[in-house]
Amino acid sequence: MMNAIHVIHSGLLTTIQDLGRWGFQKDGVSVSGAMDSFASRIANFLVGNEAHEATLEVTMLGPTLRFEKDALIAICGGDFSCTLNDEQVSLWKPLFVKSGSVLSIGACRNGYRAYIAFAGGLDIPLIMNSRSTYLQAQIGGLHGRALRKGDMLLLRSSDRPIFPHRVNWGIAVSARVYIYGKKRTIRVTEGIEYATFTNESIHYFFTSPYKITTQSDRMGYRLQGQVLERNTEQEMVSEAVTFGTIQVPKDGQPIILMADRQTTGGYPRIAQVISVDLPILAQARPGDVIQFQKAKFEEAQQLYIEREREMNRWKTIIDQKWREIRGAN
Amino acid sequence: MNVKYTMFPLSENALTIRFFHEVSEQVNERVHQFTLMLQKQRWEGIVDIVPTFSSLTIYYDPLFVGAYERMCERLQTALERLEQEVPPVPERTIVIPVCYGGNFGPDLPDVAEYHGLTEQEVINVHSHGTYKVFMIGFAPGFAYLGGLSLDIATPRRATPRIAVPAGSVGIAGNQTGIYPLSTPGGWQIIGRTPLSLFRPHDPEPSLLRAGDIVRFQPITEEDYRMWNDERDSCHS
Repeated sequence: MMNAIHVIHSGLLTTIQDLGRWGFQKDGVSVSGAMDSFASRIANFLVGNEAHEATLEVTMLGPTLRFEKDALIAICGGDFSCTLNDEQVSLWKPLFVKSGSVLSIGACRNGYRAYIAFAGGLDIPLIMNSRSTYLQAQIGGLHGRALRKGDMLLLRSSDRPIFPHRVNWGIAVSARVYIYGKKRTIRVTEGIEYATFTNESIHYFFTSPYKITTQSDRMGYRLQGQVLERNTEQEMVSEAVTFGTIQVPKDGQPIILMADRQTTGGYPRIAQVISVDLPILAQARPGDVIQFQKAKFEEAQQLYIEREREMNRWKTIIDQKWREIRGAN
Repeated sequence: MNVKYTMFPLSENALTIRFFHEVSEQVNERVHQFTLMLQKQRWEGIVDIVPTFSSLTIYYDPLFVGAYERMCERLQTALERLEQEVPPVPERTIVIPVCYGGNFGPDLPDVAEYHGLTEQEVINVHSHGTYKVFMIGFAPGFAYLGGLSLDIATPRRATPRIAVPAGSVGIAGNQTGIYPLSTPGGWQIIGRTPLSLFRPHDPEPSLLRAGDIVRFQPITEEDYRMWNDERDSCHS
């Protein structure tokens, strides 16, 4: 079919994700969305899309796609080896793809996930105001599931002129250092039940390493390390939990809730990952080690606001670059 | 009624208000009242409101509505107003038709035996109860229902099932509930409803919402089949 992108290989776990399904948590619907919203948003900006446009989230081993239409794309995130018609291509910059081309995203050398944005966006229906794939409930994205070999993706038309043009700019290396490292420092604020943990457990939590186990997915990262204990037997009443909430079930091994988290949870919350460190966590893979570091809420909030302003600046700068290219042609 | 509450941040864009009162049902009522009031006022910048047993969590855009302290101030003002004029929560009663026992309720014999009752007696107790939706959570459209008679409260199955069909009505401890989607589960399954508890294409995707009153209406297997046929014909 014309306009289509054919999935030749699906990769390990490739799903359609935008910035999440908001407004339906009261119905028990998970928010979902991109695990690394920094990379996903930058990829969209690079092709002239709005931040919330849906991208393909690629995990560890990427897909092979054949384009039946000229397209403008950008790949941002982990350090994947990528080829376009067998020629090496760079991440974090706009990329023109001619009809008939094959894009192959190989293994991830550093980090864990990448996002492919398409100028104009993917032609996927909105379900509850979002295109995100919610795997547990089989909702959204492409038939509520990860991509499979033989699938076909359609693109919406873009108002951005697509012409073969090699751009000589991209996102600065300094903005993507968060991708790297096997031992990662993650800043957290006190969780709501922080004070119910023993002093010894709090000490362990901030001084000893926690390893990301293989039982980790888009819903949550199960960690392994020093056992954490509470100084009370009191059962908790279920309350809202969010992206980055660290819960401690009875076995004392913490779980960090990620994009596909449930809306509510009944385990004590020892800590909350600060928003600006969530992309670092999203790029950590099973086997990597986390060192938690304490932050103040005021500091986390300030960083959050600065990050959002930084995103607006990226959008402005990239749009300006595009205007220069248009003017030159 | 004097309402005590605390507020605390869940994250940089979410804030939880927890209410206190000796009687937990009244706390839950407060949660629904305040949720309803906020939903009606449609504050710009609020992106999600999640009511639970005794708290509600508000997700907001700090760039739009301001930082945590600003949100707290605004919510305190709103709560003072709630104090002065307690808006009655419009009570909806939802009747859930259930085909009890047989293939739809494979654990009904076990539940009956556990309590020394007949299957019909278990059905009578379950379907004569009035239940309250305390909160929605855990899964899309899953309602935490309060009000199960202790006469039929039964522990979970020793071995959970790999797949419990959508619509299954079960008992776990002193809770009763309905599986909105087919998922693994350890509840004692006593029947099944032909209603869809979760409809992703509907503007209100969850059939039940926090604060609703729920009753169960026994139906025959024939009724169940007809219900499904009607639904299928509506969709085609």
